[in-house]
Amino acid sequence: MTSTSDLISDRPVLPVQLLRRLADVVAVIRSVPVSVYLAAAIIMLYILAAVTPELLQSHAPFRTDLRATLQPPSFAHLLGTDQSGRDLYSRVVEGTRQSLAIGLGATALSTTLALILGVSAGLAGRVVDGVISRLLEVLFAFPNLFLGLLLIAVFEATTTTLIFAVGVGTAPGYARMVRGQFLAVKGAGYVEAARALGHPYWRIVLRHIFPNAMRPLVAMITLGFGQSIVWASSLAFLGLGVAPPSPEWGALLDAGRQFVTRAWWLEVMPGLAIIVFALSVTVIGRHLQQRLEGRVRVL
Amino acid sequence: MTDTLEHGARPARAVDARANAAAPRLLDVANLQVSFGRGAHHVAAVKGVSFSLHQGRCLAIVGESGSGKSVTARSLVGLPGTGATLHADRLAFDGRDLTRLSHRAWRAFRGKEIGFVLQDALVSLDPLRPVGAEIAEGLRLHGAARSREERAQRVVDLLRLVGVPEPELKARQLPQQLSGGQRQRALIAAALALDPRLLIADEPTTALDVTIQAQVLALLEETRARGKALILISHDLAVVSRMADEVLVMRDGEVVERGVAEQIFSDPRHDYTRRLIAAIPSAHSRGSRLAPSSAPRFDTSSAALDPRHAAAAPEILLRADGLVKRFAGPDRSVHTAVDGVSFELRRGETLGIVGESGSGKSTVARLVMAFEPPDVGSVTLLGEDWGTLPEAARRRRRRDISIVYQDPLSSFDPRWTVGRILDDALPDDEPDRRGRIAELFALVGFSGSLAHRRPLELSGGQRQRLAIARAVAPRPRLIVCDEPVSALDVSIQAQVLDLLGDLKAELGVSYLFISHDLGVVHHISDRVLVMNLGRVVESGEADEIFLKPRVDYTKRLVAAVPRLAHRAAGDHPTPRASGAVA
Amino acid sequence: MSAAGRSALAPGPVVIWRRWLGPTVRRLLGAIAVFWAVASFTFCIQALLPGDRAELILNVAAGTFTQPTAAELAKVNAKYGFDAPLVVQYLRYLGGLVQGDLGASYQSHRPVLHIIAEQVPPTIGLTLSALLLGWIIAIVLTVPTAGRHDPLSRAVASFQVAAAVAPPYWIGSILLVVLAVKLRLVPVEGGSGLSGVALPALALAIPLSGFIGQVIREEFARVLDQPFVISARMRGMSDLGVRLLHVLRHAVLPGITLSGWALGALFSGAAVIETVFARPGLGGLLVAATSARDVPLVTGIIVASAGMYIIANLLVDIAYPIIDPRIKAS
Repeated sequence: MTSTSDLISDRPVLPVQLLRRLADVVAVIRSVPVSVYLAAAIIMLYILAAVTPELLQSHAPFRTDLRATLQPPSFAHLLGTDQSGRDLYSRVVEGTRQSLAIGLGATALSTTLALILGVSAGLAGRVVDGVISRLLEVLFAFPNLFLGLLLIAVFEATTTTLIFAVGVGTAPGYARMVRGQFLAVKGAGYVEAARALGHPYWRIVLRHIFPNAMRPLVAMITLGFGQSIVWASSLAFLGLGVAPPSPEWGALLDAGRQFVTRAWWLEVMPGLAIIVFALSVTVIGRHLQQRLEGRVRVL
Repeated sequence: MTDTLEHGARPARAVDARANAAAPRLLDVANLQVSFGRGAHHVAAVKGVSFSLHQGRCLAIVGESGSGKSVTARSLVGLPGTGATLHADRLAFDGRDLTRLSHRAWRAFRGKEIGFVLQDALVSLDPLRPVGAEIAEGLRLHGAARSREERAQRVVDLLRLVGVPEPELKARQLPQQLSGGQRQRALIAAALALDPRLLIADEPTTALDVTIQAQVLALLEETRARGKALILISHDLAVVSRMADEVLVMRDGEVVERGVAEQIFSDPRHDYTRRLIAAIPSAHSRGSRLAPSSAPRFDTSSAALDPRHAAAAPEILLRADGLVKRFAGPDRSVHTAVDGVSFELRRGETLGIVGESGSGKSTVARLVMAFEPPDVGSVTLLGEDWGTLPEAARRRRRRDISIVYQDPLSSFDPRWTVGRILDDALPDDEPDRRGRIAELFALVGFSGSLAHRRPLELSGGQRQRLAIARAVAPRPRLIVCDEPVSALDVSIQAQVLDLLGDLKAELGVSYLFISHDLGVVHHISDRVLVMNLGRVVESGEADEIFLKPRVDYTKRLVAAVPRLAHRAAGDHPTPRASGAVA
Repeated sequence: MSAAGRSALAPGPVVIWRRWLGPTVRRLLGAIAVFWAVASFTFCIQALLPGDRAELILNVAAGTFTQPTAAELAKVNAKYGFDAPLVVQYLRYLGGLVQGDLGASYQSHRPVLHIIAEQVPPTIGLTLSALLLGWIIAIVLTVPTAGRHDPLSRAVASFQVAAAVAPPYWIGSILLVVLAVKLRLVPVEGGSGLSGVALPALALAIPLSGFIGQVIREEFARVLDQPFVISARMRGMSDLGVRLLHVLRHAVLPGITLSGWALGALFSGAAVIETVFARPGLGGLLVAATSARDVPLVTGIIVASAGMYIIANLLVDIAYPIIDPRIKAS
């Protein structure tokens, strides 16, 4: 139902309104704290590492150098070297693509599952809601990591299993959030007001319930991305992830585990790479959360 | 400031002269200034307020939201709020300079010298602790009663003093097990625990039913009779008129008028005070406008739509027949919210439903809107069955009836602009949507610049106007108004009530007007239903009901309504403190 | 106090049933239903196992990857009852579960229940001490800083965000390197004593404290502005007094509801932490069983930990009204 009126349209028509929009944009930019910009810059760096690792690497990530094994961090080797003399920093950079891909895949999977379960529980009525709620309760009884381990025990440890393990393990929590969100919006005053106007249910769902319920999910997905990378690294740390020659972050952690007393950087540095990324994503996710919940007043 | 002094100086001196000149001032405030934030976000909340108070007297501070009245009161105990900066030329209690108190000294002072009853009676007691523990807290903190047994005894005594029934039992119960009135009494008991010389009550009767309101005011009156000084903060002139010796009228952090209560209410000098008094809806305001600035845009005298002037009785728009609605309680007990309610609403008529909280009046609104089906009974709209129809069949006809809520903000999609909200409310077959929206804007007095605002960016009054514009958009025959002005300040309430009156005259809509406020209902309604515990206890012409109530319940309700005690010439003056139901 | 008051309060048997016993029994039945569903779920996954189970068992036992003969497979199938219809297998499985029989390990052929029973105490000890420690750290850091905007409070809040993100194995590694390797304050290989449990518990507790701390902090800031808190200050209570006596109890509530959930996260974390510190426990056992693909042991451990999770949540549910008396009162 598009309309022709300048009173109705959300798009500015008059120059004065354009100016106002511009002022809004400036206000938004100014209201974002420095930490969020910093986090965004860090994430850009990681994305760069994933797209063109060569640009950031100081050494070839797979070249061994037996004269420089287990070197502590120095200017020559920013994060030190491993037992074969490979440059850890370059390996972390090299592993970014695969690690982010695993995180992204797991997040996509858990979001899809969460949406299917949460939306049907939230919209399809009491019976469906009851069934799905019970199902979620059952899935909750499995500790996240254990559900992943079960999948790995049954299917072998591959990248796909890892993505499934993390995606399925984290989905119930998000599904519950999605369900709550849809139920809350369904009970909102404006939904009843729309009903009072005689609008059919599908129109209310499309125009009010979906857009409003999905808003906080942007933040949820962002936070979930950071979490799934951490979960994937935990599984990989236990030696249940991607096979060792790959410099995937979790695999690096797994490889470094046996050297933790002799060469701490092999364990601490890949972990740091994971945490810095997860933290940056979290900072942005929390900011989005506050903004979408209207806790940050812009205007 | 100068303006304030000009108005204030003379009457204030008059008050001093009247009071026993020998008695020392209990409280002395000069040039109190409070501001919040700093830099670009700096907001001055109180801009140079001065007053004084003697032992045993009652000062009322009156103003609308944002007037700085609560901040002023809270500054007297050194807690103006987080991030506040306080300055005063003089802030003295019984000759003691409060501006120099240390944190520790402030703590010893609070509660002991000044008892404070905070706004929001219903949430001012810790919901996780027994009521008695809250009252005993002050005793314990100030070392007034050392042993547990002694404190328990004092708590029971205090609860008895403020008239809480079964004090031993209530002391051990949680706040939510007490009624609203009992909670407010318990709060007053907690404030009186250390026998302070000054009691400050911030909006002590807001959110309470009228009969409870009257009881709480009577209790405060008693307290003052025992020799306590009292500062009463309220937005409601009628509430304070009964008790106040002196009155400060505040607006935007400044005192606009001050004086002896009799003078303020009978002969207000400042235009703002006059407007506030005029804005109070009541029997006297029936048929007149409440907000002086808004002259009627339409000829309201056109009698064509007035049911009382029509030759034949106009058609019946809405008929409710023996409505019953039950809800299941938390422990599967059944609660009957509406119990056999019947009424008729004719074209051009305003039917008021008045009742206290829990009377079932809002449930009636939901049944009439067919948001929920009645368990028994039927709703007939324009001669056709309405309440039991399947929703799909009802949708086309929903444009005949619309609703305005108490809380307009939650009834708007927060993402949508004002323009889109109104567009959404227009029927799909509306030919000239743009023209119609412009028409609606004009109708509720909006300028075009508001079209791109979102609900959150509107003021409370603007939101309610938008809600009314949305309700009018589909050209309904009937608008259900569920407490439409309860959340608004008096002056805004006056404007909204005037707008509803104008729309009725111009568009010929009828209203089902639901409110707990007898004054508002009397002002706007032609006929009135009085509801109590789900039943209609009395119904009839508005004047009949409010001036000559027949049923006991209505009599008590009407008697409990706070009225301006000191009426302008022409009205019979009500004796002070009358009408209280003890 | 007075006898009259008490008798007025004394609830009849119907009221007791409605208010307390009824919900408790309902919760208990619910918990049993969830446990049954958990067991069925794990059975389904086992039954859907890709490849031949008998082949897997033989390979796991022998440690080889050879193709066994049909006769060998038939023997194993008969022994484990894999030749019976799925329904029969399922009923046998449930029957065994009721009697505490979780099957035998493919590797050691010992009953799974015995293997688990040996490893449960250290894991429970670790998770409970981590839970306690996590709560203590969260409260100590949150109470004085919540609702404040000074640099120190902001720093503490940021620390809690970071801590909640940090994986326990990473914190464990750092603690190990700093305290055991560099400072030699504690032994590298954890013993069973206090120093042995302190590091792993701390490694688990820090992320948990960050998580609980964030939840409490948000609620704390909200409650601080509530009228009843300001009322208490108006009676002369100090800021710290108000925080401890009034606000904390409210702020802790959402954290407690989450503690049942946190236990699941702690089990997950314990699995990793036990590997880092080479501690005995369910986690290490599960990881070993997973890499050996010892399916009965894996499912046994998972069913057992799900059972513990369900019991913990049941206890939280039943105990909740003690902390929040509103539930009883309403």
